[in-house]
Amino acid sequence: MKFWRLIFANLFRKKVRLILTVGSFAIALVLFTFLAVVRSAFNRGIEIAGADRLVVVDRVGLMNLMPISYADKIAAIPGVKAVTHDHWFGGVYQDEKNFFPQFVIDAENHRKVYPEFMVPDGQWNNFAKDRQGAIAGAKLAERFHWKVGDRIPIKTTLYGGATWEFNLDGIYHTEKPDGDQGQFWLQWKYFDENVPSVIKSTAGWYIIKLNNPDDAARVAKAIDEKFANSPHETKTETESAFAGYFAKQFGNIQFLIMTIGGVVFFTLLLVTGNTMAISVRERTSELGVLKAIGLTDRSVLFLVLAESLAIAFFGGVLGLALALVMIPGISGAITGLLPPLLLSKPMLSFGLGFALFVGAASGLLPGIGAMRMRVVNALRRV
Amino acid sequence: MVRVDGSGNSQGLIRARGLNKTYSRGGEKIQVLQGLNLDVDKGDFVAFMGPSGSGKTTLLNLLGGLDVPSAGSITVAGDEITHMSGSKLTQWRARHVGFIFQMYNLIPVLTAYQNVELPLLLTKLSRSERRKHVETALAVVGLTDRMHHYPRQLSGGQEQRVTIARAIVSDPTFLLCDEPTGDLDRKSADEIMALIEELVGKYGKTVLMVTHDPLVAARAHTTLHLEKGVLVEGKTPREGVFAGGAA
Ligand SMILES: Nc1ncnc2c1ncn2[C@@H]1O[C@H](COP(=O)(O)OP(=O)(O)OP(=O)(O)O)[C@@H](O)[C@H]1O
Ligand SMILES: [Mg+2]
Repeated sequence: MKFWRLIFANLFRKKVRLILTVGSFAIALVLFTFLAVVRSAFNRGIEIAGADRLVVVDRVGLMNLMPISYADKIAAIPGVKAVTHDHWFGGVYQDEKNFFPQFVIDAENHRKVYPEFMVPDGQWNNFAKDRQGAIAGAKLAERFHWKVGDRIPIKTTLYGGATWEFNLDGIYHTEKPDGDQGQFWLQWKYFDENVPSVIKSTAGWYIIKLNNPDDAARVAKAIDEKFANSPHETKTETESAFAGYFAKQFGNIQFLIMTIGGVVFFTLLLVTGNTMAISVRERTSELGVLKAIGLTDRSVLFLVLAESLAIAFFGGVLGLALALVMIPGISGAITGLLPPLLLSKPMLSFGLGFALFVGAASGLLPGIGAMRMRVVNALRRV
Repeated sequence: MVRVDGSGNSQGLIRARGLNKTYSRGGEKIQVLQGLNLDVDKGDFVAFMGPSGSGKTTLLNLLGGLDVPSAGSITVAGDEITHMSGSKLTQWRARHVGFIFQMYNLIPVLTAYQNVELPLLLTKLSRSERRKHVETALAVVGLTDRMHHYPRQLSGGQEQRVTIARAIVSDPTFLLCDEPTGDLDRKSADEIMALIEELVGKYGKTVLMVTHDPLVAARAHTTLHLEKGVLVEGKTPREGVFAGGAA
């Protein structure tokens, strides 16, 4: 493109304006990517949910516990490959603000249902043998600088307020780097021995692995029918529906994120659209001269679009670079509250695409104006 | 030979026949040109004079393919431009017309060199060929030593010389100048006129120029007056000087 010099020179014509416009793009992009990572963090549970897993909860609500005897009854239903159960421990490590999810797991079956959480066999065997054993996700261990062999005190808030001590026997990883590596697992047997009697022999929820995901509806129905008219009726859903239920708790946040994103988009569009309109208007006579010299209307449109796209590109890249630097920091500051905030490659390309789209859209109207402008009128305005 | 009576033969370079231009402003029609005829040969140097609002700029715009007449035809070097489509006309302008306007109309963010190079960017010339042409054009206008200066670093006369270099760099068929000295002091105006005379005399350019200044018009071979929408051949230039006074 032989006109690059002109485009480039036009870009730097008003330096303050250029800085402000590129800056608005950069800030908007930081905000935009931040919103996108938060949103994806909320949705990640749904995305990574196994299609071949069902979750069984008490029909009355998640806080109601079910008898542990359900495990065998569920395992007997055709199509069920494995059953395990979880409890929410809800303890505090050192300080309230060190929140992370702690699950009371069933060491015998957990691995059969959750193969994506990988623990070396040696560590797993130590854990299974150790009543006070615990396993932590790699990110969690990294956060508190835990090593295998450390003793970890956790104060319960739900089960009598005592401080329980655990031995860290293993660290789990996930296949995908963006998997949830922030959980803390303890043994159900140890839990069961130490909780008040009303909680003994219970499970918070059951997780079922199916032989075939196509059986999900049938197996769910069979489970719920089996426990119908009992003191603890059940509600069985696919894991993604279950995760979606959690995500829905944040439904308003999702809406908020989309709204803020929309506002960012339109503000940016108006700001850059206005800037481009002003710079085209300032250059009316120059554009007239260029047309007189022989630039086609389409080339003039191209000049304007190239300029707004260049602004969008530089601002976008700057914003994404800032986001790349800032998001791990923010993510670190809010660990535990949300799954890790990850700026993925598709998100980066989407962000750049977003910037370029706004760039093109904001250059389009002024560009068409410049294209339609008649030379004689443009020159008369000198 | 310049004629305004429509009697020129088809050998001429520029031939306008029965040109009409009507503007409508708020429902009211203003007839600016009314059946104007003009014949200009290659190498002619014509000055157009006339009171403000008589349609001089309008005529130049039509001849340069910047605007289309309401009626009539314009033929340049055998091509009838009045029926060309928009993009055809744009291409034709790039090939055949060099424009020099009153305000210098340089792109302020480009150097003199880059401004002069602009028309060549539309051609297939290579970088080094473009360089040769630009340097030649700048040498003709005597600004070789200023080629890397920006317009704001140049005087008005120098800026206008850059405009002239830009107009001649692609070796157009003819040059159109709309009050090329309108914004300049006497001395700079004289220099610009000497340059335009040189383009005509030495390089054989065809120049059509609008001016309010009888001294400037006196430099042309022929002065034509726009009166009531048509061109009339001048009283002698000398008369004009004393009748109109210097601007
Ligand atoms: N786009 C337009 N719309 C309406 N009227 C116009 C337009 N362009 C020119 N005119 C009118 O046409 C007439 C001729 O204008 P033109 O600019 O050709 O005059 P001129 O001889 O060049 O004047 P000057 O010496 O002041 O430059 C004027 O009355 C002008 O107001
Ligand atoms: Mg005029």
